[in-house]
Amino acid sequence: MNITHEHFRQALQRTPFHDRISALSTTETWTGWNTYKVARVVDKLSAEYFAVRSGCAVMDLTPMEKYRITGKDAYAYLDRLLTRDISTLKPGRVTYVVWCNDEGKVIDDGTLFQFGEQDYRLCSQHHQLDWLLMSASGYDVQIETETHDVAALAVQGPTSYSVLTAAGIDGLEQLKPFGIVDLHCGDIPITVSRTGYTGDLGYEVWVKPADALRLWDAIFSVQGQYDIQPMGLDALEMVRIEAGFVMPGFDFNTAESTVRNGYDRSPYEVGLGWVVNLEKGHFTGRKALIAEKAQPIKRRLTKIVVDGNKPVGEAFIYTGKGGKPVGEIKCTIWSPVLKANLALADVDYVKGRLPEKLWARFDYQRELKWRTAWAECHAQSKPSYVPEHKSATPPDRF
Amino acid sequence: MTERNDVIIIGAGHNGLVCAAYLARAGLNVLCLESSSSAGGMSAPRTLGDDYQFPGLAHLSYPVDSAIRRDLKLDKFGYLPGKAIDTIALDAGGNHLTIGANRVSGDGLPESDEAAYAEFRKQYLDFAEALKPLFGNKPPRLKNIPFADKTTLAKIGWNIRMGLGRETMYELLRVAAINIYDVLNETFEDDRLKGAIAADAVMGSAMGPRTPGTVLTWLQRLRGELGGPMSLQSGGRSQLVHALTQSAEDAGATIQLNTHVEKILVDNGKAFAVELSNGEMLKAKIVISNADPRFTFGKLVGAPLLDAMFANRVSQIRGAGVVAKLNLALSGMPEFEGLADTQLANRLLVAPSMKYIEHAFNHSKYGECSEHPVLDIAIPSLHNSSLAPDGHHVMCVNVSFVPYDLEGGWEDEKTTFAYKVISQLGQYSPNLKSLIVDHEFLTPQDVETQFHAVQGHWHHGELSIHQSFMMRPLHGAAQYDTPIDKLFLCGAGCHPGGGLTGLPGRNAAKRVLELGGAK
Repeated sequence: MNITHEHFRQALQRTPFHDRISALSTTETWTGWNTYKVARVVDKLSAEYFAVRSGCAVMDLTPMEKYRITGKDAYAYLDRLLTRDISTLKPGRVTYVVWCNDEGKVIDDGTLFQFGEQDYRLCSQHHQLDWLLMSASGYDVQIETETHDVAALAVQGPTSYSVLTAAGIDGLEQLKPFGIVDLHCGDIPITVSRTGYTGDLGYEVWVKPADALRLWDAIFSVQGQYDIQPMGLDALEMVRIEAGFVMPGFDFNTAESTVRNGYDRSPYEVGLGWVVNLEKGHFTGRKALIAEKAQPIKRRLTKIVVDGNKPVGEAFIYTGKGGKPVGEIKCTIWSPVLKANLALADVDYVKGRLPEKLWARFDYQRELKWRTAWAECHAQSKPSYVPEHKSATPPDRF
Repeated sequence: MTERNDVIIIGAGHNGLVCAAYLARAGLNVLCLESSSSAGGMSAPRTLGDDYQFPGLAHLSYPVDSAIRRDLKLDKFGYLPGKAIDTIALDAGGNHLTIGANRVSGDGLPESDEAAYAEFRKQYLDFAEALKPLFGNKPPRLKNIPFADKTTLAKIGWNIRMGLGRETMYELLRVAAINIYDVLNETFEDDRLKGAIAADAVMGSAMGPRTPGTVLTWLQRLRGELGGPMSLQSGGRSQLVHALTQSAEDAGATIQLNTHVEKILVDNGKAFAVELSNGEMLKAKIVISNADPRFTFGKLVGAPLLDAMFANRVSQIRGAGVVAKLNLALSGMPEFEGLADTQLANRLLVAPSMKYIEHAFNHSKYGECSEHPVLDIAIPSLHNSSLAPDGHHVMCVNVSFVPYDLEGGWEDEKTTFAYKVISQLGQYSPNLKSLIVDHEFLTPQDVETQFHAVQGHWHHGELSIHQSFMMRPLHGAAQYDTPIDKLFLCGAGCHPGGGLTGLPGRNAAKRVLELGGAK
C-alpha cells in the first residue's frame, strides 16, 4: 500500500487530479470524501449537469473506496458477504451489489469487479475495511485497500465514448455495459469499465496515481472538439436521482452507523430487493431477510414526482392534503431535462401497501419570505431518466 | 441407517448424556454419538499401560445437580457422590493447613482467620444460593423478555434483595465484579489460606487472583458446593458418567461410541443431519452439540453457513486452556512431609500464596511455563484400590498455569516440563520420584486433540463476565438454540458453564422441549 505519511499536514488529502481541478475551480467549493478533498461544483452547476446529459463530464472518482479481494476462498467469501447471486459473474465483468449485517440491514452498496479467478475489486462509497475483515473469519482470503493506489475518473455522458476515443483510447467500441477492459491511452496503461452513477452512457477509467495527470491532460486535450466539463458532486447528485440510484448514508442510514433502534433499513425497504437472492444459499442477513419478507413490508424508499415547479427541499409526506403523516423526502432535485421535481421519499406502507394518495407539505421562499405549500406526489416504479443511448453497443459516435 | 432420529447429540460427555436422558425420557428418539471409545468426555476414566486406571480429566467434582439426580433417577442407577474430602494446602516447610467446608486448621494460622473463614464461607455460599435460579434456568434475554425469563429475573431479584438482606446484598453488588485478591486480603491474613481459596477461584481459567471477575468464578465454583461437598472421581459404578449412561439408555437413548462427527449438515438454514468421518450421513430432526461452541460453529457448521458478525463473535470467544494434567503410576505409597498417610486421601494443593499464583499465571500470559506452577494433587487409589495393582497407587495432578501456546512449541518441552513438575512434587514428597512406574502428561494442546475442546479449555470458553449468563457462549446462541434452525448447544460452553453439574445439558433439553421438541 502506498501511503504517504505527509497527508496529516492537510486536513484533507489531495487526489492525484487535484492540481488540474483546483486550477479550473472558480467556486472553490470543496468537501471531504473518504479523507480526500473533492469539488462540489467546479465552475457552473448547470454546465456540469448538462455536460452529463448532452456532452461529456469528467469526475474525480479516486476517493471511492476500493478493496482488492483475492485468495482461494475469494468467491465463497463474497458469496457469503453479498446479498446477490454472483455465481454468473465472469472475469472482465462488473455487477452492482449490496451487503447487509446479521440483522439484514444494508451496510452499503457498491460495484464488484471481477478481474480473474478469485480476483475481485469491491468499490464502495463508504469505508468498509472493518466489515470486510470481520466477515473474513473462517475464509482463506486476502483483503487489501487499494483506494490510494488506484486513481479513477468517471467519464460520463452521450459523447463520452467519442471523447475517450478521440483522446487516444482505442478498443472501447465493443465494450458492453458492465464490461471491463485493459487498454492504453497513448503509453499510459489504463483499465476501463463501462460503469457509472449517472444513468447515462459512461465509463470509469482506472489508472496508476503517477499517470493520473497525463491521463487527465489526454482527455482534456480534445476539449475544443467536444464539450467536456469537470464535474463535482452536486451535479452527480442531480443525475443519480434522475437515474433512480440510491445513496446509502444519505437516503437512508447505513446499518453500522445507525444508533437508534429501527432507523436502519433492509434492502427491501430501500427498493433494493431485486439485488437480494434468498435462494442462492447462505449469506449474511439471509435469515433476517427471510423473516422480514414473510411479513408485509413496513416502508419503502419510493421514487416520486412532486407536482409543480416549486423547489421542494426537505418535506414531510402525508396521505392527502392535511392527511396523516406517512413519510419524508430524503433527497430531491429539479430535473432540467424532465422539467419535474424528482425525489426519493421514505414512505410508511399501510398493511403492506403504498398509501393511495401522497402529498408533500413543504416550505419555500419568495424574495426571502417563507411560504407553505402542498403538492401531490406520484410514485414511480421505474427510474425517471433512462436514455436509449445509455446501453447501445457500439455507442453512438459524435 | 435409513430411519430418521428425532435427536442426534454430538458428544457423550456428561452434559450430552444428561441432555440425552432428559429428551429420551420426554419420549424422543435420541442417538448420542461419541468419538472416543468410552462415554464421559472429560470425566471418562483413562488407563495407563495395562495396570493403572485414572479418573478423567475432571478428577474432582461436586455432586451433580439435585434436580438432575432426582429426574434421571441416578441413585437407582448406582450414582453415589464420593466421600467428602478436605483440601490440604501444602507448605514447603511442612506447616500444612487443612481446609474443610467450614473450618480451617494448621500450625501458625491466626485465630482471627479461623473465625473469619467460617463467616466468609457462609456469606459466599449465601451469595451462590441467591444466584441459584440463574444457573438452573436458561439465561434470561434482556430484549423482548419472554415470561419465563421474567420469572428467572424476578427470582434472582427476590433472592438477592429479600433472601440476602440489604447489607449482604450491598456486599454482593460490591464484590461481584472485582477480584478475589482484594476480597481475600480484606478478610484473611494467612498467605496459605488466601492462596488455597484464590487457587480455587481461578482454577481452569486464564486468570490470576488479581484478574477482575475472579469473585464471580469463585461463586461459580461454590454453586457446585451448594449440592454437597467436593469429592474425588475414583472410578467404578458409583460414578456420575456410569449412572448417566445407564439412565439415558434405560430411557431409550442410544449411545454410539467410536463415531466421529465431521460436519453438521444444514439445508436452507436448518440442521438436518450429521456427516461422520466415514462419510456416512445420519439424519435427525434436531441436532444438539455437546462440543465446544467454537468447534461446533467453526468446524462442524463452518463460517459460510453463519452470518458474518456471528461467525466473527465465535472466533473471538476467549478460552485458551491453562491446565495440564499429569498422571503418575506409582509402585508404592508416596510420603509427604508433615502429613500422615490417612491425610493423603484428601486433595493436596500447592498454591502457598496469592503472589505465588499470580507469578505462575504471569508466565502463562507470555507463553512460558512457570518453574513454580500451581499443583492440585489427588491419589484416587486411596479411595478405590482397584485402580492400581496391590500396593501400587495412582496420582493425578492438575498443573496450572500451563500455556496452550508455549513459546517455541510443546514438542521438545513436554517431557522436560513434566519432569520439572515431578521434581517440584519431590519437594513435598521426597520418595515420589523413586516410585514412578509410568507417567502421562497432557498439555492443553493434548486436551484439545483428545477432547475436541478448542485450545484445551476445560470449560469450553473462559468463565469471564463477558462470557457468562446471557453472553455465554455468545450473543445469538445464549439460550441453547442457535442461528441455525434445529441446532442446539448443550455443553460446558453454554450457561452456566463447566464443572460436572449437568446443568447445561439439562437446560438445553428443557429448551428443546420448550421449542416444540421434535415436532
